Parts: sequence; C-alpha cells; structure tokens
Amino acid sequence: MHRFRQNLAHLYMVLFLVFLLAPLVVMSGAAFNDSKLPSIVPWRGFTTMWFSAMVQDQRMMLAFVNTLWVAVAVAILAVIVGTASAILINSVSGKVRTVLYGLMISTILIPGVVIGISTMILWTKMGNALDTEFFLFNPGLHLSVLGQVSYIAAMVMLLVLARLQSFDAGLEEAALDLGASHTQVMRRILLPHLYPAIGAGAAVAFFQSIENFNVTQFTRGGADTLTVYVFSQVRSGITPTINALAFLLICVTLVMALVYEINRRRRARIEAEREAEARRAEEALLL
Amino acid sequence: MQDLLRRYGPGLTLIMALMVAFWLLMLVIIPNMTLFEQSFRPYLPVTEVGGPRDTYSFNNYLKVFDGSIERSFLGFTFTIPVHVLTFWLTIWYSMVVTVMCFLLAYPLAYYMAKIVNPRSLPTLILLLFIPLWVSEVLRAFAWWIILAFRGPLNWLLLNLGLIEDPIRWTNMGYTGVVIGLVYTYVLFMLFPIYNAIQSLDTNQIEAAEDLGAPWWKIHWRIVLPHSKPGIASGSVMVFMLSAGSLLVPSILGSTTSQWFTQTINQWFNDALDWNTASAYAFLLLLLCTLFVSLAMWVFRVKLSDIAK
Repeated sequence: MHRFRQNLAHLYMVLFLVFLLAPLVVMSGAAFNDSKLPSIVPWRGFTTMWFSAMVQDQRMMLAFVNTLWVAVAVAILAVIVGTASAILINSVSGKVRTVLYGLMISTILIPGVVIGISTMILWTKMGNALDTEFFLFNPGLHLSVLGQVSYIAAMVMLLVLARLQSFDAGLEEAALDLGASHTQVMRRILLPHLYPAIGAGAAVAFFQSIENFNVTQFTRGGADTLTVYVFSQVRSGITPTINALAFLLICVTLVMALVYEINRRRRARIEAEREAEARRAEEALLL
Repeated sequence: MQDLLRRYGPGLTLIMALMVAFWLLMLVIIPNMTLFEQSFRPYLPVTEVGGPRDTYSFNNYLKVFDGSIERSFLGFTFTIPVHVLTFWLTIWYSMVVTVMCFLLAYPLAYYMAKIVNPRSLPTLILLLFIPLWVSEVLRAFAWWIILAFRGPLNWLLLNLGLIEDPIRWTNMGYTGVVIGLVYTYVLFMLFPIYNAIQSLDTNQIEAAEDLGAPWWKIHWRIVLPHSKPGIASGSVMVFMLSAGSLLVPSILGSTTSQWFTQTINQWFNDALDWNTASAYAFLLLLLCTLFVSLAMWVFRVKLSDIAK
C-alpha cells in the first residue's frame, strides 16, 4: 500500500511537470509550422520563415531594445534604493521599524494597475502644475521605470536585508577604531559583504521588469515594450512570428538553466570529494 | 538611527535617508494620495480644470451602479449593475483560482518536501522554475494556442475519442481565464507551502504512522496545520495576482467574461477618463487590502510572514 501511494506521488509529479511544460513545447512547435495561424495542428510542414519575418519586424526589434533599457534602468534604481532601505531598516527598531517595514512590504501587494495609474496621474499633474514640457512629466517609458521601481525595490530590500542578518557589525567597529573613514567602512566592509545579495537583487529586478505588463500598460505613452507589443499582437490577429520570439526566449532560459545545473552539480561533486577527504584524514589521525 | 550616523557619518546617512524617502514618498505615498484625490473630481476638458465645475463629489464611484443587466442564478432572476457584477465575478473567480492552485500545489509541495529523493530535488525545482522565467504574456499566449477551436487540445480529445465535436474553450464564460490564471500563478502557491512543510519534523509523521493514523488524518491533523503560514502567504499572493491581472483575462477571456482590471483599462485607455479609472482602481486597492487583512486575521499570520 505504501509503495502504491509512493508511485502515485511520482506519477502526480510527472503530470504536474507535463502541465507546466507542455504549453511551452506547443508554443515552440508552432514557430516551425508552415501555417498562417500559430498552431501545431494541422502540421503543414517545417519552415523557418517566421524567424526571418521576426528579424524584419522593426517594431518588435524596437520594443526589444526598449525592454532592455527599461530593465537596466529599473535594476540600477531598484538596487540603489533597495540596498539603502535595507541598511536603514536594519538599524532602526521598535514602532518606526514596524511602520516602515510594513509600508515597504505592502508595495509588493499593490495591484500593478493601481501603481500604473497613480504614477501616471502624479507626474503628469506635476507637469501641468509646473507648466513645463520637460520630458519627465510626460507619459513615457521613464514613468514605467519609476512605477516598476516602486515595488521591485521592495524585493531587492528583502534580499539584502536577509544577507545583512549574517553581517558581523564588529568588523565595522574595528575598521573605525583603526582610523577608516565612513566611506571606507561602507565601500570596503559593508558593501563587499552584501554583493551576493545585491547581484541576486539586480537579476530579480531585471527579470521582473521584463515581465511587467500592468504598470507599463498604463504609463508607457505611445512606446512599446516587448510584453506590450506581444499583447497588442495577440489581440489583433497574429502570425507565428511571436512564436519564433517565444522559442528563442525559451532557448535562452533553457541554456541559462542548464549552465546553472551543471555548475551546481560540479560544486556538489567537489563538496562531496572534500568531505570524503576530511573523513579519510580524520580516520588517519585516529589510527 | 544613531548607529547609522556613527558608522557611516552624516553624509552617507543623509543620502540613504533621502533615497528611502524618495521611494516611499514620491513613488508610493504621494501617487496613491493623488489617485485618491483625483478619484473625486469630475472628468472635464483641460480648459475647465480648476474652474467652477471642478468640485469634489462621489459621482465617479457612483458610476459603478450605472447600467443594470438582468441575470438569473439558481432560478432567481434579478437585475444587477454591470460593474458590480464584474467586480463580484472577479472576486469570485479569483477565489476559485486560489482554491484550485492550492489543490494542485499541496500534493506536490508535500512530495517535494517529504517523498522525493533529496538529491534530485534541485533538478526538479529547476524544471519547475523554467515556466516562471518565461514571460507571463507568452504563457497566456501558449494557452491561447492550446485552447483554440482547431487547437491541439480539441485535436487530442477528438483523437482519443473523448469528445464528439470540438469545444469552444475560449467562449465558455470564464473557463479560459481560470485555466490561464491557474497555470500562471500555481507556482506562487507551491513554493510557500513547500517551504512550510519542509520545516516539519519527519519524525512526527512517522510517529503518527506507527500509532496507526490513516494517511488522511496525518495530513489533516499534522501536515496541514503546520503548513498554515505557507498556505496563507500562497493564497494571498495568488489572489492578489489573479484579481490584479490584466493580461490573462484580456487574452484568454471570452465575449461573456469581463475582469475588473479590464473595466479600469477601458476607462483609462479607451474612454481616457482618468478620474473614473482612479475611482475604480481605488476600489480594487480597497478590496485587496480588505482581503489581505481578512486572510491575515483568519490564518493569524503577520505581514512579514507573507512577504517571504
């Protein structure tokens, strides 16, 4: 009976993976089908024409470049703001901390629609009040950046804050006692300890920004990012060029996942070898 | 604060404080206050803004009650304002999505935490993460292909002999939307529950087994109570993401399905009436705050537990 239940669990895991991965396979497959509509049935023969069509799609390429710019800007801003908030929140306590922390966390839970509309209204209203045509106050992708930072910064903050828990504040004391300046303490002691979390935060911010639709949709003005462009294409009748794009993105994801997995296995192996060696050395000592 | 000053000096401390202030004030608090203020103003031509007709009122909120339609439910026929109905259906189907995500995710979370061989777990997690890295719009698009009238799902079911005629999946009310949302957000339920179950001591389960408890009782009395914080944070995440989703309902919705975010989008981007859109967005925000508070109260968890 126990065996049976275990097999059932394995089966469930396989089914779950099929449920998660099959749509991606279908979508990739449709990129190679010689049919005007994106589908894998009926199969009309193998073609790569959708890839050449994709490269010639100027609007898509522009949207792609825009997406990268927005993502880089969001990553930089979110990392700076998020790290500063983590350091600040780590050094306050009591009621102030509870309020500040709650406020920061709640940004993750605000619906993207609300963030988008509120950002748009605030900045355009400020532009009206100041009576300027300065670009910052017009709708556009820079407002999307600001809107996205407002909640992505909280994610960076959580990552950095977790890393701060393992920081030994005594190191800073020692550096100050030995005559280091405040900037040196920050640059040479605190930040190097936080780099892994900051790197992870930047990666999370970058990918969250690429994913984002809600905030961008309400703040973008006339500009496109990839998500918005794909969305407009899906709504207004599409050719499988989108599938070609999806296929390439999935390939990039798979390569990254593979590199990560190989790296992990290698590290696990080295770890195991080291442990075995330590055990041998211990035994040798005992003898 | 004293501590910061001593360590990093007044200059750096000031810079950090300014950055936090910029985030919380300029990007969060003031925009939301502006949204709130704007939601009480009428929609006027630019020249009349600030004029005598620009006064505060609840008119934008009252638009929710405009235009009633007739619906029948369980034999009862009643009239209900369109937007109220949309609002209610959004909440209802978000709850359905949340429950379905839980039912799908819980067995797998238990499997990952207690049954699977720990050495193959990282590979499994990596495989689960792959769809999460593919953009949401593409995942919704993938289901658009699958659910199409002449798409792979109907083809498969026809060839297996399970159905006689192809089914119009995307024209069955909210079916497409619910499928899409479950697919998109199920992993946000899976990982919190997995984290919670992982911290459960396996000895407890074995003790219960030795004492003769049937498997369902072990789950009901031991595993489920222990995974409560995970379930709470997963549910809050899935509900919020579903209720706030605009992509999935727009791509997979049918002619008879309308999501509240779509209504907001129409006010904002089609009707260009930003003030009414603000009022509606504020209602959505209010609903989400209420739901999170309720979930936290029912499950007795704190905000800091949810955002892990």
